[in-house]
Amino acid sequence: MKNMLTTISNALCRITGRNVLLIDLSEYVNVTSLATPTLAQTLRQPPKPPPVGPRAPAAAQLVSAQTDRLDGPGTSVVVSRSFADFTSQATFDIKKCDVHRLEEAPPLKAELTRDQGLQYYRVMQTVRRMELKADQLYKQKIIRGFCHLYDGQEACAVGIEAAINPSDHLITAYRAHGYTYTRGIAVKEILAELTGRKGGVAKGKGGSMHMYAPHFYGGNGIVGAQVPLGAGIALACQYQGNNQVCVSLYGDGAANQGQLFEAFNMAALWKLPCVFVCENNKYGMGTSVERASASTDYYKRGDYIPGIRVDGMDVLCVREATRFAADHCRSGKGPIIMELQTYRYHGHSMSDPGVSYRTRDEIQEVRSKSDPITMLKERMLSNNMASVEEFKEIDVAIRKEVEEAAQFATSDPEPPLEELCNHLFSNDLPLEVRGTNPWVQLKSVS
Amino acid sequence: WLILDWFPYKMNMFQSVTSALDNTLASDPTAVIFGEDVAFGGVFRCTVGLRDKYGKDRVFNTPLCEQGIVGFGIGAAVAGATAIAEIQFADYIYPAFDQIVNEAAKYRYRSGNLFDCGSLTIRAPWGCVGHGSLYHSQSPEAFFAHCPGIKVVIPRSPVQAKGLLLACIADQNPCIFFEPKILYRAAVEQVPVEPYTLPLSQAEVLQEGSDVTVVAWGTQIHVMREVADMAQEKLGVSCELIDLQTILPWDVETICKSVVKTGRLLISHEAPITGGFAAEISSSVQEQCFLNLEAPISRVCGYDTPFPHIFEPFYIPDKWKCFDAIKKMINY
Repeated sequence: MKNMLTTISNALCRITGRNVLLIDLSEYVNVTSLATPTLAQTLRQPPKPPPVGPRAPAAAQLVSAQTDRLDGPGTSVVVSRSFADFTSQATFDIKKCDVHRLEEAPPLKAELTRDQGLQYYRVMQTVRRMELKADQLYKQKIIRGFCHLYDGQEACAVGIEAAINPSDHLITAYRAHGYTYTRGIAVKEILAELTGRKGGVAKGKGGSMHMYAPHFYGGNGIVGAQVPLGAGIALACQYQGNNQVCVSLYGDGAANQGQLFEAFNMAALWKLPCVFVCENNKYGMGTSVERASASTDYYKRGDYIPGIRVDGMDVLCVREATRFAADHCRSGKGPIIMELQTYRYHGHSMSDPGVSYRTRDEIQEVRSKSDPITMLKERMLSNNMASVEEFKEIDVAIRKEVEEAAQFATSDPEPPLEELCNHLFSNDLPLEVRGTNPWVQLKSVS
Repeated sequence: WLILDWFPYKMNMFQSVTSALDNTLASDPTAVIFGEDVAFGGVFRCTVGLRDKYGKDRVFNTPLCEQGIVGFGIGAAVAGATAIAEIQFADYIYPAFDQIVNEAAKYRYRSGNLFDCGSLTIRAPWGCVGHGSLYHSQSPEAFFAHCPGIKVVIPRSPVQAKGLLLACIADQNPCIFFEPKILYRAAVEQVPVEPYTLPLSQAEVLQEGSDVTVVAWGTQIHVMREVADMAQEKLGVSCELIDLQTILPWDVETICKSVVKTGRLLISHEAPITGGFAAEISSSVQEQCFLNLEAPISRVCGYDTPFPHIFEPFYIPDKWKCFDAIKKMINY
């Protein structure tokens, strides 16, 4: 029925050469999106609504039965045309995940609605552009210090966020800008934190590696130190009985840290609802995984903890696997390890060119064959779920957002000097902080 | 031949470290160098070319595990190898703290001299670098000064770095060698290519003076040199500048002799003031030289906060704060 209507309306548009339909088909066909309730609430809405430009029909979102967080009288437009032109949902084959100590595996097919696809594209593209902007600002010396960029790995952050709830918890290592965004912090606060201004998410006191958000515990500089913390957060979830999980991320380099195995043991012993995620981007700074690890099957490293190995460049694969893993934890079966096989285009940090231990050809190959954003875009285009122009408009909007954020990050003032000593301890009265000589004492307020 | 061999060569600090390691690998067949990313040359290029020259069984990468690296190094040293472990930044040395304090430092003592890990040397980049923020700028020498059984050494320049590093490697006690990372490229000197050692536990008087004794180590020495010049120029105060070099065991005698002469002492370091090593020096000196002191001993150190992300110029004990301290001491 729907297909027939689509075909008819397409034909009508072509014949008449007009953009506007002769009849409003929404009266006849159900316009609601087929997203299930849990999916709708996990859609992460960016701070600004998408622009409704002169070619409005193509860019505006569908009105769904469940109201998105963005919906308000001004932002939603009932558009019949986009529905009629595009497929609203498709099912894709995703790569099989290897499993360790598991009877079942994540599904081999993933459903993607048009809304979700555009959403994932938007978020991934924002992370990509934000990281590239950070690269630019770093080269201009506006950002200083240590900056670890996430481009290439966007599918991991977006896929995980799509599968968990905002009330679930997440903690990661220093390559944290992507997660800070997916967990709800605006691009301008992230960039301002990188430049060390008071508008930054940690008031400019933390920098690149220390960004936080509700239910997002950072941003941790010391390799591997965040994993026992993640196990502890999972314990809190279990203790409070709130059915939440904690996603605790680390890299292939950190997989050899002793404290990880301590955390694994405790999590398995007490059946903590912790999803340990190893983002394997094949290089621990300058050392490839073969040269650092006796076993590169990171999903098996938990030994007695079940594991899944996932294609981390495919956002749908990551989403399905994370959903599977989160369900595993929520059902009280204990922790689970997920290895996401991914790749970073930049070097380890901005001071690492990234080509002394790998070839430019390798980077180019990954960029051309497995780029997560390109993959999603091609999937959607080849299944007629969106148009090239739509993607272009999204790109333009994101570019503008990131530009404005960079503007803010460059122009916002730095925190005042009093902040140097604040938040050392929790104290009611101001605490005196001894300084560089006995005659100077600064106050610390918390 | 000998004269040509001793001809000095212009090197910066990381090159002088490479030279010292090169000398060691050449003369000592049991020497091995290991750590994170040392094979391609290291993140600060201190081990460039060594793997190609001496082979991958002598210069090799370890996985990312500081506790494992130091533990492994202690074992290798006990078995007889000259083990030179690199910790990528001094800020990351804490997972290895237990191994250093509880194993390395106490090995000889607890085995009644039957065993020791004296041929272990741990090297780590140390100190503030301008943009290091919380975890790439720390100076943890005070934590280790509290541990009998190990030696802690900090050079101020390429010539000192090579001599002191070779002394640490030769020394029959486990040593921690902190290299000021901001000086890796910035400090350039003519350094002999041949091996040579400088004495450990001996402070060096860089500049004689009669009014104030100024003690510092590592990068701070260069700051204090400027302060001494400023004091001479603006206040007519002559400063005696001493580089402590070895933090543990430290040269009490040289410092006290100097304080007896001048009557005033200023100690300066980047690490936070409470419990920083200046406290130990201050306490010992007042014990020994109480009646010789003209003014309270002054410590100009970092604030009692984590090393900040963006307030670094305010945090570090720069020359103005030290100059101010000297002024106050003179007018006490």
